Amino acid sequence: MASKTLYSQRDPMLKRDGFEDILEERRNSSDLKYALRCYAPVLYKGVTPCKANMLKNIVLQSDQLHYVINQVSQESGEAPDIIQEEASVILEEMAHRLQISTVRFFAFALSKAFKTLFQHVCVNEEGIQRLQQAIQEHPVVLLPSHRSYMDFLLMSYILYTYDLALPVIAAGMDFMGMKFVGEMLRMSGAFFIRRSFGGDKLYWAVFSEYVKTMLRNGFAPIEFFLEGTRSRTCKSLTPKLGLLNIVIEPFFKGEVFDVNLVPVSISYERILEESLYARELLGVPKPKESTSGLLKARRILSEDYGSIHVYFGQPVSVRSLAQGKVNRSKYNLFPRHIPRKPMEETQSFVNDTAYRIVRLQEDNMVLKPWVLMASLLLQNLEGLELSVLTEQTLWLRGLALSYAAFLDWPDHAPTAKVVSSSLALHRGLACVSGGRVSLVVGEPLGPVTPEEALFNRAVSVLSCASYRNQVLHVFLRPAMLAVAMHTAASSRKNEVYNCFSFLWDVFSNDFILCPGDTVQDFEEACYLLVKTGAVQMPQQDIEMTDRGQPILSFFNGLLEPFLQGYQVVCRYLCEEASEGLTEKQYIPAVRSFAVKLILAGNLRCYEVLSSDMQKNALAALLRMDAVRKVKVADQVTLIVNKMAVNSIDDILGGKLPTQKAVLARL
Amino acid sequence: MASNSNSSESQRIAQQRLRIIAGHLQKQKDDDSGIIATECKAEANKGTVPRKRQEIMKWNGWGYSDSKFLFNKKGHAEFTGKRYRLSGMVLPSLQDWFENTFGASVNHKSPATPTLNASAVPPASLNEAFVEDLKTTGIPFSHEAEDRVFRAHGHCLHEIFALREGKKFERVPDMVVWPNCHNDVVKIVELACKHNVCLIPYGGGTSVTSALECPPEETRCIVSLDTSQMNRILWIDEKNLVAHVEAGIIGQDLERLLNESGYCTGHEPDSMEFSSLGGWVATRASGMKKNVYGNIEDLVIHIKVVTPRGVIEKSCQGPRMSTGPDIHHFILGSEGTLGVVTEVTMKIRPIPEYQKYGSVVFPNFEAGVACLREVAKQRCAPASIRLMDNEQFQFGHALKPQVSSIFTNFVEGLKKFYITKFKGFDPHQLVVATLLFEGDRERVLQHEKQVYDIAATFGGLAAGEDNGQRGYILTFVIAYLRDLGMDYYVVAESFETSVPWDRVLDLCRNVKERINRECKERGVQFQPLTSCRVTQTYDAGACVYFYFAFNYRGLADPVHTYEQVEHAAREEILANGGSLSHHHGVGKLRKEWMKESISSLGVGMLQSVKDYVDPDNIFGNRNLL
Ligand SMILES: Cc1cc2nc3c(=O)[nH]c(=O)nc-3n(C[C@H](O)[C@H](O)[C@H](O)COP(=O)(O)OP(=O)(O)OC[C@H]3O[C@@H](n4cnc5c(N)ncnc54)[C@H](O)[C@@H]3O)c2cc1C
Repeated sequence: MASKTLYSQRDPMLKRDGFEDILEERRNSSDLKYALRCYAPVLYKGVTPCKANMLKNIVLQSDQLHYVINQVSQESGEAPDIIQEEASVILEEMAHRLQISTVRFFAFALSKAFKTLFQHVCVNEEGIQRLQQAIQEHPVVLLPSHRSYMDFLLMSYILYTYDLALPVIAAGMDFMGMKFVGEMLRMSGAFFIRRSFGGDKLYWAVFSEYVKTMLRNGFAPIEFFLEGTRSRTCKSLTPKLGLLNIVIEPFFKGEVFDVNLVPVSISYERILEESLYARELLGVPKPKESTSGLLKARRILSEDYGSIHVYFGQPVSVRSLAQGKVNRSKYNLFPRHIPRKPMEETQSFVNDTAYRIVRLQEDNMVLKPWVLMASLLLQNLEGLELSVLTEQTLWLRGLALSYAAFLDWPDHAPTAKVVSSSLALHRGLACVSGGRVSLVVGEPLGPVTPEEALFNRAVSVLSCASYRNQVLHVFLRPAMLAVAMHTAASSRKNEVYNCFSFLWDVFSNDFILCPGDTVQDFEEACYLLVKTGAVQMPQQDIEMTDRGQPILSFFNGLLEPFLQGYQVVCRYLCEEASEGLTEKQYIPAVRSFAVKLILAGNLRCYEVLSSDMQKNALAALLRMDAVRKVKVADQVTLIVNKMAVNSIDDILGGKLPTQKAVLARL
Repeated sequence: MASNSNSSESQRIAQQRLRIIAGHLQKQKDDDSGIIATECKAEANKGTVPRKRQEIMKWNGWGYSDSKFLFNKKGHAEFTGKRYRLSGMVLPSLQDWFENTFGASVNHKSPATPTLNASAVPPASLNEAFVEDLKTTGIPFSHEAEDRVFRAHGHCLHEIFALREGKKFERVPDMVVWPNCHNDVVKIVELACKHNVCLIPYGGGTSVTSALECPPEETRCIVSLDTSQMNRILWIDEKNLVAHVEAGIIGQDLERLLNESGYCTGHEPDSMEFSSLGGWVATRASGMKKNVYGNIEDLVIHIKVVTPRGVIEKSCQGPRMSTGPDIHHFILGSEGTLGVVTEVTMKIRPIPEYQKYGSVVFPNFEAGVACLREVAKQRCAPASIRLMDNEQFQFGHALKPQVSSIFTNFVEGLKKFYITKFKGFDPHQLVVATLLFEGDRERVLQHEKQVYDIAATFGGLAAGEDNGQRGYILTFVIAYLRDLGMDYYVVAESFETSVPWDRVLDLCRNVKERINRECKERGVQFQPLTSCRVTQTYDAGACVYFYFAFNYRGLADPVHTYEQVEHAAREEILANGGSLSHHHGVGKLRKEWMKESISSLGVGMLQSVKDYVDPDNIFGNRNLL
């Protein structure tokens, strides 16, 4: 059943482009000249350049908006022109004011900053060429991964460097807290969206019409982050669909011939926000974005953050993707300017597309040797002989390469050298002493409570995990198969598949698993494990080979924190949670439950302290109907089906076969 | 201003237009030798079309044998014959346009097989008993290969291409019959039912939907029922302004005969030289002047149809009835699947006193569509208003004859200068709307002003009568031009749709882009010509007509490639809110989309009518369902 063809279908990215370092030229020529040079990008065919103000007028006069204004006016009894005024205020607050002078300022300032922060900023130029082509043919949507505040400045910087049309970027309102910076960003092409505007019809109408107008007119490439927010864990986040729906709809309505989605993978060797994220995940409230906060970040400027790789993926044609999946003529019977909920067919198409794009982002993420080392260190928290680490890193490199990882391994360098320079760059995270490598744990001054010590250690573990997480997508499917083989009662293929499918289901909030791809993922996993000689599949069985032991045990170790983490959550819900547990209380409560377990020596897994994992686990349980949300007054309460939660816990722990569990859920 | 021509000039033009139509008529010698005269053949046949159509028409191309385009020794295009305005003229720009547009060359010919190869025609499989019975009726018939092949096709690209290539025919009618009147048809249908013979009505043969093709799987004897000899106006009722006409009459004869009495129907599909009244009813045809006269469904008052179950007709000629669903609407668009339309009572109008062409140039297609939309909104559309895109505008220019009193090159040049230089119109963007006004002089002038005023608000500039008229000439000769293209490796076809106003632009853009893309993907090595025009306006939408042509050098199977592209274009139309057809019909070409278009329940309703009216599938052309 493990079919090569299926796997190779998503293999073409194995042929990846090479990179150019765009800082090289910056180091050799004047930044000022660069910032002031002639900028004349090619545009979408036939587009007449349109001033930001004209754009606003088009939006405010659109049938789409008028319809909603009248609707809101009828519902609220307010006069239409008052609502129209409101709409115009919303638009004012939202709209970008892209200005080439500001862009030039950023081009100058960022050149300086990048040169001090980074060794290289590498871009695949073939991707740039493809993008240039795409921009001329169809409206383009740029979909970069999101790991850092840097992302969108970096994107605009690169597009400016290559003389490509500057994008307009959907940004969260929280930036607007920083008055000055906010306005600067606005003038470099950012437009701002409130974080939540749930039922606000007018807001939604202004927003979606604004985006669609830019798209339809081919005004500029539209850029937003499918993941919705910066991933604090360096794991891709499951995609948010709102904006994607908006940019795809004009295609379904025939307003544009096609839309090109361009996945962009931005990989940082070291993320500026690295330890900040770990603290945030552990519940230290996120510092409100403020200008002074950003200035404090000047400290950052003195450090070496390695390289950045930006990979512009193959443009994905929405038209080709939708072929045979969405019947566009269903849009024929309804006026196009009246807002409607997307049809089911469309919704699942958009969802599917979003997942595929995020996977494409993952595929082209550049991995550094350090992510392999971090994966190994996390499985050996007590430390590792340097020589062993070196040897295992080399071994893992081979494995990663055979699974098509996009590994940036220095040419011709001895492994020991590679390992030591990685350790040097990440000296804040790991250190070598007495020939052993171990995690660095920040030592606060003065006496330390056990909780504080635990907290410090957790910061290190989570920081380190954010590197391991970068490689997860490469190993995920075979690793889930390894776990499934471990937990399944027998080696029968269908039984292993049941376990695999259960894990797939449970973890689909934590990892990027395309809806409906369970079987395909299973086959891919089988194919990969067979290919690397870890398993063999005589007839209806899946068996470990003699050589397979290290691989499978590494994979089991890789997912161990997730299995344990979810189990802790389950246990908390069954054993500890009180009747009226509210959604708000959930995270701190799980955290203190886990802290207790760790302090008592009953748990060695620190990752469960991460609010990200806690949220994902809860989302999974909700999805699996083991927990329900009930709204009581203003509070959302969690109702726990203890039987169901218990059995999920048991399966994860390998105590209960999958079949039974499925029954228990019913 | 729009036009400074005096009234006698306009009169002259109006007259000329009537002459164009009348000009096609060359009195046919009555060659009905040896045929038993029947009681319904009271007067001599006045029709243009002889039973042996191939005597005056091309067997493998469009129109009259004596009229065709060719490139002369100098490489200049010429139109032969004497029938048309362009006849005998040299068109010096056409070669340039042709070579540049298609990447074709007048040195690369792809000539057609000159004569029909009788061995490529399957032998007639006759139903002897039917033939015996038919003989006793005295109705003329034939099973000669040429007669049968002529009625085995319409004018789809693939049909004409196959004729030119001299390909072997899979299935053609086994015989042709020529009824002279309604009663003849009744007899033929009775005999067909008695002997289980398949009948396919044949009118003018201008179908562009594969409607006339014989189903290859049909094993019965197939008889083509050629209505061309049923071509008389039986009576004219001036009190009610209706005429009762035999359904085989072709458009030009109908107009000519009515004109003799001072009337017209005003129904002028572009194919009116050859298409027949019965064909119009059977396909729900639409004429260019429908804004004044209506489409065929608005024009018919009474229809008589011979079916296997008997004759369908209404009992009176009331102008509108509430008697359940209108049975005329089962007939209109039935595409020969239910029976033969034999006689039709049709509205007539006095010939308009005055006719005037006009044209407006717009800076771009968007402005033009917006103007047409406004004209429709104000319900002031002239008899005809059509918007040609830039490609067609250029095409039209390529058809300018060398020297001619009507086409004043100098003034034309000035105008072009005016448009492109002064107004800043981009010659690669500008489009032209062609107009035809009809009525009494006073009203026409008033109407004209109203339309030009609207146009001005959309940036439109009046561009003269000649530009307008040339647009209509283009439609008239386009089918002849296709034959010229096919002589030089260029295949071409047109297709149409109707679409709500707000989707017109999106549909046009997307369909063109889809065609370009499909051509590229299918290995067409030259940029195709894709062009469209808005040919009809309605309150709620418009009819859009596409031309599509490409140079097929280097393609193994150009027709197949063409068909794939047209298929994709149709899917694109449907996805963009366009209909399956505005007036060409479904035939066999677009059958696959019927369910999607009218729902499976709708198909079921039609099927049950078919099953009731024609349980043995005597009318077995298998169109529509
Ligand atoms: C160059 C060109 C321009 C055209 N322009 C137009 C246009 O402007 N508007 C438009 O509407 N169409 C146009 N057409 C399409 C075509 O002319 C119409 O469909 C026309 O109505 C067909 O009439 P016909 O007499 O030629 O019918 P045919 O082609 O002979 O037959 C068409 C169908 O009708 C059936 N049929 C014919 N006569 C009868 C009858 N008496 N009783 C029952 N069934 C019958 C046939 O079986 C067949 O299925 C054009 C075609 C061409 C080639």
